[in-house]
Amino acid sequence: MTDSHTIAVTVNGVRTEKSVEPRLLLSDFIRHELMLAGTHVGCEHGVCGACTILFDGFPTRSCLMFAVQADGHEIATVEGLSKGETLHPLQQAMHDSHGLQCGYCTPGILMTMSAFLDSNPSPDEHAVREALSGNLCRCTGYQHIVDAVLLAAERMRT
Amino acid sequence: MKPAPFKYVIARTLDEALAAKAEYGDEARFLAGGQSLVPTMNFRMAMPAVLIDINPLTELSGIKANGVTRIGAMTRYRMLEADAGIGERLRIIHEALPHIAHPQIRNRGTLGGNLSHADPASEMPAIMLALNATLYLRSAKAARQIAARDFFVGALETVIAPDEMLTEIVVPHLPANSGACFMEVARRQGDFAIAGIAAIVTRGADGTCTRARLTYCGVAQTPFYADDAAQSLIGGPVTPAAIKQAAALAMEALDPPGNSHADPSYQRHVAGVLTRRALATAWART
Ligand SMILES: Cc1cc2nc3c(=O)[nH]c(=O)nc-3n(C[C@H](O)[C@H](O)[C@H](O)COP(=O)(O)OP(=O)(O)OC[C@H]3O[C@@H](n4cnc5c(N)ncnc54)[C@H](O)[C@@H]3O)c2cc1C
Ligand code: FES
Ligand code: FES
Repeated sequence: MTDSHTIAVTVNGVRTEKSVEPRLLLSDFIRHELMLAGTHVGCEHGVCGACTILFDGFPTRSCLMFAVQADGHEIATVEGLSKGETLHPLQQAMHDSHGLQCGYCTPGILMTMSAFLDSNPSPDEHAVREALSGNLCRCTGYQHIVDAVLLAAERMRT
Repeated sequence: MKPAPFKYVIARTLDEALAAKAEYGDEARFLAGGQSLVPTMNFRMAMPAVLIDINPLTELSGIKANGVTRIGAMTRYRMLEADAGIGERLRIIHEALPHIAHPQIRNRGTLGGNLSHADPASEMPAIMLALNATLYLRSAKAARQIAARDFFVGALETVIAPDEMLTEIVVPHLPANSGACFMEVARRQGDFAIAGIAAIVTRGADGTCTRARLTYCGVAQTPFYADDAAQSLIGGPVTPAAIKQAAALAMEALDPPGNSHADPSYQRHVAGVLTRRALATAWART
Protein backbone atom coordinates (compact mmCIF):
# COMPACT_ATOMS: atom_id res chain seq x y z
CA MET A 1 0.00 0.00 0.00
CA THR A 2 2.71 2.41 -0.89
CA ASP A 3 0.73 4.92 -2.87
CA SER A 4 2.94 7.90 -3.45
CA HIS A 5 2.18 11.55 -4.01
CA THR A 6 4.17 14.17 -5.85
CA ILE A 7 4.58 17.33 -3.83
CA ALA A 8 6.00 20.74 -4.66
CA VAL A 9 7.42 22.54 -1.63
CA THR A 10 9.33 25.78 -1.30
CA VAL A 11 12.17 25.20 1.16
CA ASN A 12 14.23 28.19 2.27
CA GLY A 13 13.05 29.99 -0.84
CA VAL A 14 13.85 27.18 -3.29
CA ARG A 15 11.07 25.19 -4.92
CA THR A 16 11.54 21.41 -4.95
CA GLU A 17 9.44 18.56 -6.28
CA LYS A 18 9.57 15.08 -4.75
CA SER A 19 7.51 11.98 -4.60
CA VAL A 20 6.58 10.88 -1.06
CA GLU A 21 4.77 8.10 0.73
CA PRO A 22 1.87 9.50 2.83
CA ARG A 23 3.27 8.26 6.14
CA LEU A 24 6.59 10.09 5.71
CA LEU A 25 6.85 12.66 8.49
CA LEU A 26 7.78 16.17 7.43
CA SER A 27 10.77 15.99 9.81
CA ASP A 28 12.09 12.86 8.06
CA PHE A 29 11.41 14.38 4.65
CA ILE A 30 13.51 17.41 5.57
CA ARG A 31 16.34 15.33 6.99
CA HIS A 32 16.44 12.29 4.73
CA GLU A 33 15.04 13.49 1.40
CA LEU A 34 16.20 17.09 1.39
CA MET A 35 19.36 16.21 3.35
CA LEU A 36 18.90 19.21 5.62
CA ALA A 37 20.01 17.66 8.88
CA GLY A 38 19.90 20.92 10.84
CA THR A 39 16.32 20.13 11.83
CA HIS A 40 16.67 17.72 14.75
CA VAL A 41 14.35 14.98 15.96
CA GLY A 42 14.10 14.35 19.68
CA CYS A 43 10.78 12.88 20.75
CA GLU A 44 8.51 12.54 17.72
CA HIS A 45 5.45 13.43 19.73
CA GLY A 46 5.49 17.18 19.84
CA VAL A 47 7.01 17.70 23.26
CA CYS A 48 10.69 18.61 22.82
CA GLY A 49 10.62 21.22 20.05
CA ALA A 50 13.90 20.13 18.41
CA CYS A 51 12.10 19.65 15.07
CA THR A 52 10.52 23.12 14.97
CA ILE A 53 10.49 24.72 11.51
CA LEU A 54 8.50 27.57 9.99
CA PHE A 55 5.48 26.37 8.03
CA ASP A 56 4.08 29.27 6.00
CA GLY A 57 5.93 31.52 8.43
CA PHE A 58 4.62 30.00 11.67
CA PRO A 59 6.77 27.90 14.04
CA THR A 60 5.47 24.34 13.73
CA ARG A 61 6.46 20.85 14.85
CA SER A 62 7.71 19.07 11.73
CA CYS A 63 7.34 15.69 13.52
CA LEU A 64 3.58 16.25 13.75
CA MET A 65 2.96 16.81 10.06
CA PHE A 66 3.23 14.57 7.04
CA ALA A 67 5.40 15.64 4.13
CA VAL A 68 2.45 15.28 1.76
CA GLN A 69 0.71 18.10 3.67
CA ALA A 70 3.49 20.49 2.66
CA ASP A 71 2.42 20.40 -1.00
CA GLY A 72 2.06 24.00 -2.15
CA HIS A 73 3.41 25.41 1.10
CA GLU A 74 6.55 27.18 2.28
CA ILE A 75 9.02 25.79 4.76
CA ALA A 76 11.93 27.52 6.45
CA THR A 77 14.61 25.56 8.28
CA VAL A 78 17.66 26.62 10.28
CA GLU A 79 19.82 26.29 7.15
CA GLY A 80 18.07 29.35 5.73
CA LEU A 81 18.50 31.58 8.75
CA SER A 82 21.91 33.14 8.08
CA LYS A 83 22.59 35.45 5.14
CA GLY A 84 25.53 33.66 3.57
CA GLU A 85 28.42 34.01 6.01
CA THR A 86 26.55 36.54 8.16
CA LEU A 87 24.74 34.92 11.06
CA HIS A 88 21.19 35.93 11.94
CA PRO A 89 21.35 38.32 14.95
CA LEU A 90 19.85 35.59 17.13
CA GLN A 91 22.49 33.09 16.01
CA GLN A 92 25.21 35.64 16.77
CA ALA A 93 23.69 36.39 20.19
CA MET A 94 23.45 32.67 21.01
CA HIS A 95 27.15 32.45 20.24
CA ASP A 96 28.04 35.55 22.26
CA SER A 97 25.91 34.60 25.30
CA HIS A 98 26.88 30.91 25.33
CA GLY A 99 23.26 29.95 24.59
CA LEU A 100 24.17 26.40 23.64
CA GLN A 101 26.22 23.49 24.84
CA CYS A 102 25.54 20.25 22.93
CA GLY A 103 23.43 22.16 20.41
CA TYR A 104 20.74 19.53 19.98
CA CYS A 105 17.92 21.90 20.89
CA THR A 106 19.42 24.91 19.14
CA PRO A 107 17.87 24.71 15.65
CA GLY A 108 14.36 24.40 17.13
CA ILE A 109 15.04 27.28 19.49
CA LEU A 110 16.41 29.47 16.69
CA MET A 111 13.36 28.85 14.51
CA THR A 112 10.92 29.44 17.37
CA MET A 113 12.60 32.52 18.78
CA SER A 114 13.54 34.22 15.49
CA ALA A 115 9.83 34.17 14.57
CA PHE A 116 8.99 35.37 18.09
CA LEU A 117 11.36 38.34 17.73
CA ASP A 118 9.83 39.25 14.38
CA SER A 119 6.45 39.76 16.04
CA ASN A 120 7.76 40.89 19.48
CA PRO A 121 10.67 43.30 18.96
CA SER A 122 10.78 44.45 22.62
CA PRO A 123 9.99 41.43 24.78
CA ASP A 124 10.59 41.28 28.53
CA GLU A 125 12.19 38.26 30.19
CA HIS A 126 8.83 36.75 31.15
CA ALA A 127 7.58 36.84 27.55
CA VAL A 128 10.82 35.25 26.34
CA ARG A 129 10.52 32.43 28.86
CA GLU A 130 6.91 31.83 27.93
CA ALA A 131 7.76 31.71 24.22
CA LEU A 132 10.56 29.24 25.02
CA SER A 133 8.25 26.92 26.94
CA GLY A 134 7.79 24.59 23.98
CA ASN A 135 11.51 23.90 23.53
CA LEU A 136 13.37 21.62 25.89
CA CYS A 137 17.06 22.12 26.55
CA ARG A 138 18.79 19.59 28.79
CA CYS A 139 22.14 21.39 28.95
CA THR A 140 21.99 25.11 29.52
CA GLY A 141 19.39 25.65 32.23
CA TYR A 142 17.85 28.19 29.81
CA GLN A 143 19.36 31.28 31.43
CA HIS A 144 21.89 31.85 28.67
CA ILE A 145 19.28 31.25 25.99
CA VAL A 146 17.05 33.89 27.58
CA ASP A 147 20.05 36.25 27.72
CA ALA A 148 20.75 35.58 24.04
CA VAL A 149 17.17 36.32 22.96
CA LEU A 150 17.12 39.58 24.93
CA LEU A 151 20.52 40.55 23.49
CA ALA A 152 19.35 39.77 19.96
CA ALA A 153 16.20 41.83 20.52
CA GLU A 154 18.29 44.78 21.65
CA ARG A 155 20.65 44.51 18.66
CA MET A 156 17.80 44.09 16.20
CA ARG A 157 16.11 47.26 17.49
CA THR A 158 19.18 49.44 16.95
CA MET B 1 8.61 5.44 16.04
CA LYS B 2 7.09 5.90 12.64
CA PRO B 3 3.41 5.79 11.68
CA ALA B 4 1.99 2.71 9.96
CA PRO B 5 1.16 3.10 6.26
CA PHE B 6 -2.17 4.69 5.39
CA LYS B 7 -4.04 6.01 2.39
CA TYR B 8 -4.06 9.80 2.14
CA VAL B 9 -7.16 11.51 0.85
CA ILE B 10 -7.11 15.26 0.49
CA ALA B 11 -10.53 16.90 0.75
CA ARG B 12 -10.97 20.06 -1.32
CA THR B 13 -14.59 20.64 -0.28
CA LEU B 14 -16.76 19.74 2.71
CA ASP B 15 -18.86 17.47 0.48
CA GLU B 16 -15.75 15.59 -0.63
CA ALA B 17 -14.65 15.13 2.98
CA LEU B 18 -18.07 13.86 4.07
CA ALA B 19 -18.36 11.53 1.06
CA ALA B 20 -14.96 10.03 1.88
CA LYS B 21 -15.94 9.56 5.53
CA ALA B 22 -19.23 7.93 4.46
CA GLU B 23 -17.22 5.56 2.26
CA TYR B 24 -14.49 4.58 4.75
CA GLY B 25 -16.34 5.03 8.08
CA ASP B 26 -14.42 3.83 11.13
CA GLU B 27 -11.36 2.98 9.01
CA ALA B 28 -10.76 6.67 8.36
CA ARG B 29 -9.89 9.63 10.53
CA PHE B 30 -10.06 13.29 9.69
CA LEU B 31 -6.67 14.99 9.85
CA ALA B 32 -7.17 18.47 11.33
CA GLY B 33 -4.21 20.08 13.15
CA GLY B 34 -2.75 16.64 13.73
CA GLN B 35 -1.47 17.73 17.15
CA SER B 36 -3.24 14.87 18.92
CA LEU B 37 -3.64 12.42 16.06
CA VAL B 38 -0.07 12.37 14.70
CA PRO B 39 1.61 11.71 18.10
CA THR B 40 -0.68 8.71 18.60
CA MET B 41 0.10 7.51 15.06
CA ASN B 42 3.84 7.92 15.68
CA PHE B 43 3.43 5.66 18.71
CA ARG B 44 1.19 3.34 16.66
CA MET B 45 -1.49 3.70 19.28
CA ALA B 46 -3.63 4.75 16.32
CA MET B 47 -3.27 3.06 12.94
CA PRO B 48 -6.05 4.45 10.75
CA ALA B 49 -6.18 2.92 7.27
CA VAL B 50 -7.20 6.24 5.74
CA LEU B 51 -6.56 9.88 6.63
CA ILE B 52 -8.88 12.50 5.20
CA ASP B 53 -6.99 15.79 5.28
CA ILE B 54 -9.44 18.61 5.98
CA ASN B 55 -6.84 21.39 6.18
CA PRO B 56 -7.80 22.76 2.74
CA LEU B 57 -11.39 23.41 3.94
CA THR B 58 -11.14 27.16 4.47
CA GLU B 59 -14.96 27.19 4.64
CA LEU B 60 -14.59 25.57 8.10
CA SER B 61 -12.10 28.13 9.33
CA GLY B 62 -13.06 31.47 10.82
CA ILE B 63 -14.90 33.35 13.55
CA LYS B 64 -18.16 35.25 13.03
CA ALA B 65 -20.19 37.16 15.59
CA ASN B 66 -23.84 38.16 15.21
CA GLY B 67 -25.65 37.78 18.53
CA VAL B 68 -23.72 34.53 19.02
CA THR B 69 -20.13 33.66 18.11
CA ARG B 70 -19.76 31.00 15.42
CA ILE B 71 -16.39 29.29 15.25
CA GLY B 72 -15.54 26.99 12.34
CA ALA B 73 -14.16 23.60 13.37
CA MET B 74 -10.87 24.20 11.49
CA THR B 75 -10.21 27.49 13.29
CA ARG B 76 -6.72 27.20 14.76
CA TYR B 77 -5.94 28.21 18.35
CA ARG B 78 -3.67 30.91 16.93
CA MET B 79 -6.65 32.52 15.16
CA LEU B 80 -8.71 32.47 18.35
CA GLU B 81 -5.83 34.11 20.23
CA ALA B 82 -5.59 36.87 17.63
CA ASP B 83 -9.34 37.58 17.46
CA ALA B 84 -10.25 40.83 19.21
CA GLY B 85 -13.98 39.99 19.21
CA ILE B 86 -13.35 36.86 21.26
CA GLY B 87 -11.29 38.97 23.68
CA GLU B 88 -14.20 41.35 24.08
CA ARG B 89 -17.16 39.00 24.21
CA LEU B 90 -15.71 35.67 25.38
CA ARG B 91 -12.61 36.66 27.26
CA ILE B 92 -12.53 33.37 29.17
CA ILE B 93 -11.43 31.68 25.91
CA HIS B 94 -8.44 34.01 25.73
CA GLU B 95 -7.71 33.36 29.39
CA ALA B 96 -7.55 29.59 28.77
CA LEU B 97 -5.63 29.51 25.46
CA PRO B 98 -2.12 30.17 26.84
CA HIS B 99 -2.55 27.08 29.03
CA ILE B 100 -2.93 24.86 25.96
CA ALA B 101 0.39 23.36 24.94
CA HIS B 102 2.91 25.73 23.34
CA PRO B 103 2.85 28.39 20.62
CA GLN B 104 4.08 25.89 17.99
CA ILE B 105 1.19 23.53 18.80
CA ARG B 106 -1.32 26.38 18.90
CA ASN B 107 -0.21 27.46 15.43
CA ARG B 108 -1.59 24.19 14.09
CA GLY B 109 -4.17 22.73 16.51
CA THR B 110 -7.84 23.44 15.83
CA LEU B 111 -10.84 23.93 18.09
CA GLY B 112 -12.80 21.25 16.21
CA GLY B 113 -9.95 18.74 16.47
CA ASN B 114 -9.54 19.47 20.14
CA LEU B 115 -13.23 18.97 20.97
CA SER B 116 -13.48 15.85 18.77
CA HIS B 117 -10.43 14.38 20.50
CA ALA B 118 -12.18 14.89 23.89
CA ASP B 119 -9.15 14.61 26.13
CA PRO B 120 -10.54 14.82 29.68
CA ALA B 121 -7.62 17.02 30.81
CA SER B 122 -8.16 19.45 27.94
CA GLU B 123 -9.24 23.03 28.60
CA MET B 124 -11.62 23.85 25.73
CA PRO B 125 -14.16 21.08 26.41
CA ALA B 126 -14.67 22.48 29.93
CA ILE B 127 -14.87 26.04 28.57
CA MET B 128 -17.43 25.07 25.91
CA LEU B 129 -19.47 23.30 28.57
CA ALA B 130 -19.35 26.38 30.82
CA LEU B 131 -20.33 28.62 27.90
CA ASN B 132 -23.22 26.33 26.93
CA ALA B 133 -21.94 25.98 23.37
CA THR B 134 -23.79 24.07 20.66
CA LEU B 135 -21.81 21.76 18.38
CA TYR B 136 -22.86 21.30 14.76
CA LEU B 137 -22.32 17.87 13.22
CA ARG B 138 -22.64 16.97 9.54
CA SER B 139 -22.65 13.76 7.54
CA ALA B 140 -23.18 13.26 3.82
CA LYS B 141 -26.84 12.56 4.58
CA ALA B 142 -27.80 14.72 7.54
CA ALA B 143 -26.97 17.55 9.92
CA ARG B 144 -27.62 17.78 13.65
CA GLN B 145 -26.85 20.03 16.60
CA ILE B 146 -25.88 18.90 20.03
CA ALA B 147 -25.31 20.72 23.31
CA ALA B 148 -21.74 20.59 24.62
CA ARG B 149 -23.20 18.96 27.69
CA ASP B 150 -24.37 15.93 25.66
CA PHE B 151 -21.34 15.77 23.34
CA PHE B 152 -18.68 14.21 25.61
CA VAL B 153 -19.43 10.63 26.66
CA GLY B 154 -16.10 9.40 28.03
CA ALA B 155 -12.35 9.82 27.89
CA LEU B 156 -11.52 10.40 24.19
CA GLU B 157 -15.14 9.56 23.36
CA THR B 158 -17.87 11.75 21.87
CA VAL B 159 -21.23 11.24 20.17
CA ILE B 160 -19.69 11.84 16.71
CA ALA B 161 -20.82 8.93 14.48
CA PRO B 162 -18.37 7.20 12.08
CA ASP B 163 -19.77 9.13 9.11
CA GLU B 164 -19.95 12.51 10.87
CA MET B 165 -17.78 15.59 11.15
CA LEU B 166 -17.87 18.41 13.67
CA THR B 167 -18.21 21.49 11.47
CA GLU B 168 -19.00 24.43 13.72
CA ILE B 169 -19.13 25.52 17.34
CA VAL B 170 -21.74 28.11 18.24
CA VAL B 171 -21.20 30.00 21.48
CA PRO B 172 -23.93 32.19 23.01
CA HIS B 173 -22.77 35.47 24.55
CA LEU B 174 -22.96 35.95 28.29
CA PRO B 175 -25.84 37.94 29.80
CA ALA B 176 -25.06 41.49 30.96
CA ASN B 177 -23.21 41.79 34.30
CA SER B 178 -21.58 38.39 33.94
CA GLY B 179 -18.06 37.59 35.05
CA ALA B 180 -16.00 34.62 33.95
CA CYS B 181 -12.67 33.17 34.96
CA PHE B 182 -10.49 30.24 33.92
CA MET B 183 -7.68 28.93 36.10
CA GLU B 184 -5.62 25.77 36.15
CA VAL B 185 -2.71 24.10 37.85
CA ALA B 186 -0.26 22.13 35.72
CA ARG B 187 3.26 20.93 36.43
CA ARG B 188 4.77 23.10 33.72
CA GLN B 189 3.53 25.83 31.42
CA GLY B 190 1.66 24.09 28.60
CA ASP B 191 1.26 20.72 30.26
CA PHE B 192 -2.15 19.14 30.59
CA ALA B 193 -3.93 20.32 33.74
CA ILE B 194 -3.84 18.53 37.10
CA ALA B 195 -7.09 20.40 37.57
CA GLY B 196 -8.67 23.37 35.84
CA ILE B 197 -11.88 25.32 36.31
CA ALA B 198 -14.12 27.60 34.34
CA ALA B 199 -16.39 29.72 36.52
CA ILE B 200 -19.12 31.98 35.15
CA VAL B 201 -21.51 34.00 37.32
CA THR B 202 -24.12 36.67 36.61
CA ARG B 203 -25.07 39.48 39.00
CA GLY B 204 -28.74 40.51 39.05
CA ALA B 205 -30.04 44.08 39.53
CA ASP B 206 -30.49 43.41 43.28
CA GLY B 207 -26.86 42.30 43.67
CA THR B 208 -27.61 38.60 43.99
CA CYS B 209 -26.29 35.85 41.76
CA THR B 210 -28.84 34.92 39.10
CA ARG B 211 -26.87 32.41 37.05
CA ALA B 212 -23.79 30.29 37.77
CA ARG B 213 -21.80 27.65 35.93
CA LEU B 214 -18.81 25.74 37.23
CA THR B 215 -16.99 23.27 35.00
CA TYR B 216 -13.71 21.41 35.43
CA CYS B 217 -11.06 19.76 33.31
CA GLY B 218 -8.61 17.05 34.33
CA VAL B 219 -10.67 15.68 37.19
CA ALA B 220 -13.06 13.19 35.52
CA GLN B 221 -13.44 11.08 32.37
CA THR B 222 -15.22 13.99 30.68
CA PRO B 223 -15.29 17.71 31.37
CA PHE B 224 -17.19 17.92 34.64
CA TYR B 225 -20.18 20.15 35.37
CA ALA B 226 -20.65 20.84 39.10
CA ASP B 227 -24.41 21.38 39.08
CA ASP B 228 -25.15 21.47 42.80
CA ALA B 229 -22.23 23.74 43.58
CA ALA B 230 -23.34 26.19 40.87
CA GLN B 231 -27.00 26.07 42.00
CA SER B 232 -25.99 26.80 45.59
CA LEU B 233 -24.79 30.26 44.55
CA ILE B 234 -28.05 31.37 43.01
CA GLY B 235 -30.34 33.70 44.97
CA GLY B 236 -27.74 35.35 47.17
CA PRO B 237 -24.64 37.51 46.79
CA VAL B 238 -21.42 35.62 46.13
CA THR B 239 -19.88 36.18 49.55
CA PRO B 240 -16.76 34.41 50.85
CA ALA B 241 -19.07 32.09 52.81
CA ALA B 242 -21.11 31.26 49.69
CA ILE B 243 -17.92 30.62 47.76
CA LYS B 244 -16.62 28.32 50.49
CA GLN B 245 -19.86 26.35 50.46
CA ALA B 246 -19.85 26.02 46.67
CA ALA B 247 -16.25 24.82 46.73
CA ALA B 248 -17.10 22.23 49.37
CA LEU B 249 -20.04 20.98 47.27
CA ALA B 250 -17.85 20.77 44.17
CA MET B 251 -15.16 18.85 46.01
CA GLU B 252 -17.78 16.44 47.30
CA ALA B 253 -19.16 15.84 43.80
CA LEU B 254 -15.75 15.22 42.27
CA ASP B 255 -14.30 11.75 41.97
CA PRO B 256 -10.95 12.44 40.27
CA PRO B 257 -9.13 9.51 38.69
CA GLY B 258 -5.61 10.62 39.65
CA ASN B 259 -2.68 10.54 37.26
CA SER B 260 1.10 10.20 37.34
CA HIS B 261 1.52 13.72 38.73
CA ALA B 262 -1.31 13.89 41.25
CA ASP B 263 -3.26 11.38 43.30
CA PRO B 264 -7.05 11.77 43.56
CA SER B 265 -7.01 13.54 46.94
CA TYR B 266 -4.50 16.12 45.69
CA GLN B 267 -6.54 16.69 42.52
CA ARG B 268 -9.66 17.22 44.63
CA HIS B 269 -7.79 19.63 46.89
CA VAL B 270 -6.47 21.64 43.92
CA ALA B 271 -9.97 21.73 42.42
CA GLY B 272 -11.34 23.12 45.68
CA VAL B 273 -8.71 25.85 45.93
CA LEU B 274 -9.20 26.79 42.28
CA THR B 275 -12.99 26.91 42.77
CA ARG B 276 -12.61 29.47 45.53
CA ARG B 277 -10.13 31.62 43.63
CA ALA B 278 -11.92 31.47 40.27
CA LEU B 279 -15.34 32.21 41.77
CA ALA B 280 -14.04 35.23 43.68
CA THR B 281 -12.36 36.53 40.50
CA ALA B 282 -15.39 35.86 38.31
CA TRP B 283 -17.72 37.64 40.75
CA ALA B 284 -15.36 40.61 40.97
CA ARG B 285 -15.56 40.82 37.16
CA THR B 286 -19.39 41.01 37.04
C1 LIG C 1 3.15 18.66 23.34
C2 LIG C 1 1.67 18.82 23.32
C3 LIG C 1 1.04 19.40 24.40
C4 LIG C 1 -0.33 19.54 24.41
N1 LIG C 1 -0.91 20.13 25.48
C5 LIG C 1 -2.25 20.32 25.50
C6 LIG C 1 -2.90 20.98 26.58
O1 LIG C 1 -2.28 21.39 27.56
N2 LIG C 1 -4.25 21.11 26.53
C7 LIG C 1 -4.99 20.66 25.45
O2 LIG C 1 -6.18 20.83 25.44
N3 LIG C 1 -4.40 20.08 24.40
C8 LIG C 1 -3.07 19.89 24.39
N4 LIG C 1 -2.49 19.28 23.31
C9 LIG C 1 -3.35 18.77 22.22
C10 LIG C 1 -3.73 19.88 21.24
O3 LIG C 1 -4.59 20.78 21.86
C11 LIG C 1 -4.39 19.37 19.95
O4 LIG C 1 -4.23 20.38 19.00
C12 LIG C 1 -5.86 19.14 19.96
O5 LIG C 1 -6.20 18.32 21.05
C13 LIG C 1 -6.32 18.41 18.71
O6 LIG C 1 -6.62 19.30 17.68
P1 LIG C 1 -6.08 19.05 16.21
O7 LIG C 1 -6.72 20.04 15.35
O8 LIG C 1 -4.62 18.99 16.24
O9 LIG C 1 -6.74 17.62 15.90
P2 LIG C 1 -6.16 16.28 15.25
O10 LIG C 1 -5.00 15.79 16.01
O11 LIG C 1 -6.01 16.46 13.79
O12 LIG C 1 -7.42 15.33 15.49
C14 LIG C 1 -7.76 14.82 16.77
C15 LIG C 1 -8.87 13.78 16.61
O13 LIG C 1 -10.10 14.40 16.26
C16 LIG C 1 -10.55 13.95 14.98
N5 LIG C 1 -11.06 15.15 14.30
C17 LIG C 1 -10.35 16.27 14.03
N6 LIG C 1 -11.14 17.22 13.50
C18 LIG C 1 -12.38 16.68 13.44
C19 LIG C 1 -13.66 17.19 13.02
N7 LIG C 1 -13.79 18.45 12.55
N8 LIG C 1 -14.73 16.37 13.09
C20 LIG C 1 -14.60 15.11 13.59
N9 LIG C 1 -13.44 14.59 14.02
C21 LIG C 1 -12.34 15.36 13.96
C22 LIG C 1 -9.35 13.34 14.31
O14 LIG C 1 -9.73 12.36 13.37
C23 LIG C 1 -8.61 12.76 15.50
O15 LIG C 1 -9.16 11.53 15.87
C24 LIG C 1 -1.10 19.11 23.29
C25 LIG C 1 -0.48 18.53 22.18
C26 LIG C 1 0.91 18.38 22.18
C27 LIG C 1 1.55 17.75 21.00
S1 FES D 1 10.85 15.77 17.64
FE1 FES D 1 9.20 17.05 17.17
S2 FES D 1 8.76 17.95 19.06
FE2 FES D 1 10.28 16.49 19.62
S1 FES E 1 22.29 22.74 24.36
FE1 FES E 1 22.11 20.63 24.75
S2 FES E 1 19.96 20.39 24.74
FE2 FES E 1 20.17 22.50 24.62
